[in-house]
Amino acid sequence: MKDRVAIIGIGIHPFGRTPGRTGLQQGIYAARQALRDAGVEWKDMQFGYGGSYSSGNADALGNELGLTGAPFTNILNACATGGSSLLAACKDILSGSADMGLVVGFDKHDRGAFNPHPSEYGLGDWYGEAGLMVTTQFFAMKLKRYMHDHGISVDALARVAEKAFDNGALNPNAWRRTPIGRDEIKNSTMVNDPLTKYMFCSPAEGGVALVVCRGEIAHRYQKHPVYVRAAVMRTRLAGTFEVYGTSASLEDVPNASERASRAAYELAGVGPDDVDVAALQDTEAGAEIMHMAENGFCRHGEQERMLRDGDTRINGRLPINTDGGCLANGEPIGASGLRQIHEIALQLRGQAGGRQVPGDPRIGYTHVYGAPGISAVSILER
Amino acid sequence: MAAIHKSKAIDPNLFHWPAADPALLASRCTSCSGIAFPVGPSCTRCGSTSVETVELPRKGRLWTWTIQRFMPKSPYLSSETEATFKPFGIGYVELPGTVRIATRLMENDPGKLRFGADMELAIYTHRVEADGTHIMNYAFKPASAA
Repeated sequence: MKDRVAIIGIGIHPFGRTPGRTGLQQGIYAARQALRDAGVEWKDMQFGYGGSYSSGNADALGNELGLTGAPFTNILNACATGGSSLLAACKDILSGSADMGLVVGFDKHDRGAFNPHPSEYGLGDWYGEAGLMVTTQFFAMKLKRYMHDHGISVDALARVAEKAFDNGALNPNAWRRTPIGRDEIKNSTMVNDPLTKYMFCSPAEGGVALVVCRGEIAHRYQKHPVYVRAAVMRTRLAGTFEVYGTSASLEDVPNASERASRAAYELAGVGPDDVDVAALQDTEAGAEIMHMAENGFCRHGEQERMLRDGDTRINGRLPINTDGGCLANGEPIGASGLRQIHEIALQLRGQAGGRQVPGDPRIGYTHVYGAPGISAVSILER
Repeated sequence: MAAIHKSKAIDPNLFHWPAADPALLASRCTSCSGIAFPVGPSCTRCGSTSVETVELPRKGRLWTWTIQRFMPKSPYLSSETEATFKPFGIGYVELPGTVRIATRLMENDPGKLRFGADMELAIYTHRVEADGTHIMNYAFKPASAA
């Protein structure tokens, strides 16, 4: 899909906690900014896709931006809400049914872990009642096994979190903007062994919007268009070890992230070595480590050395989560995946300010993973 | 393990209860041989509705684990309060020839859990209803030395 779909406008409402402003209002803020960035107006949008998990229907932004009568589809697909919205927008443009539209995601969650109900996932009530319906457990159990199999240390986990907070400090839109040292990260309260409090992200608030259009007309609106080379979403296979799995097969089955990643590279016609900057789901520090390998950026176990060498820092060989990721921004589900795309677009445009990746990055990569075993990947190019 | 009080399984699709020697139950597909826990109406691998209920092995090996250190919010339902909550272990246990199963562990000291450790099934009282009925759930515990 080379050069056929372009992102010409990006907007973001600061992540974290904004008392007195609803999730929807944060989405509207981001949408206005994205429209301004592209130099277009809301009435120019021929379609809209977007969603939130806790803050209502995204199409309600028409109440403030204007009721134009254009088709708007609310999308709710857990952590892949943003990725699925972008994918839907790309399909509208690739099919020739529209020239330009808006993608938006926002959320405002209560403090503490999410508390989904088993029936939403086709599981019996017993699963929740027994105390198994806690996503942090899955991440901890997957990581525990991974560290054992591939020689990853607790120090490596702390390095990921330390980098996230360092990057967050450079990002005016981040929630957590104070660096935290490795020892403090390691010694903070244990939540789900081996993961401590500062190794986990928290539910939060925020909004992100993108204006996308046909690639051929992108330069009319934006000096620095960013092209969508691939937008892919995958669900789990039978037997995979994934979130909310009551059982898994004895042999390892490729998971949703690995399969989404492979499909995206194939579609884009590029490989992991071509990627200059990446955003990988880091709901906890170990997830970023495992996702580095699952998305093809290294072999299993190589992360230990890469982190020690600073390879994934902003000035490293492959900068990852340059905006601080979920760890420094929190996770407003509807907005989180689009935050990654916003950050990569900013980096490819050379407009990331104090956290700009040096060397004029050309190709960027985004990846989300979530319940109940879904993943969305995009590959972007300037 | 005869019950002296009124008791029932937390869900009838997990294990037979009451039973002298309870075992976990799974669905096995008669078309593709796929096995999944708990018992369901069809095969999660191929979608066939031709499934039979089979018993899973009572013993297995610990594949991974963690400790749940905070009391989960609803839908968690136990007889505990924030004050009486005790961290509990959870893990996946490999049951030979069948599946890795998600389970609570009867051990909550990470120092006493080891990869590949021998584990065995335990049915425990998860909570007690207002009328005194014990709600029974499954877990795994380190296997007692033979």
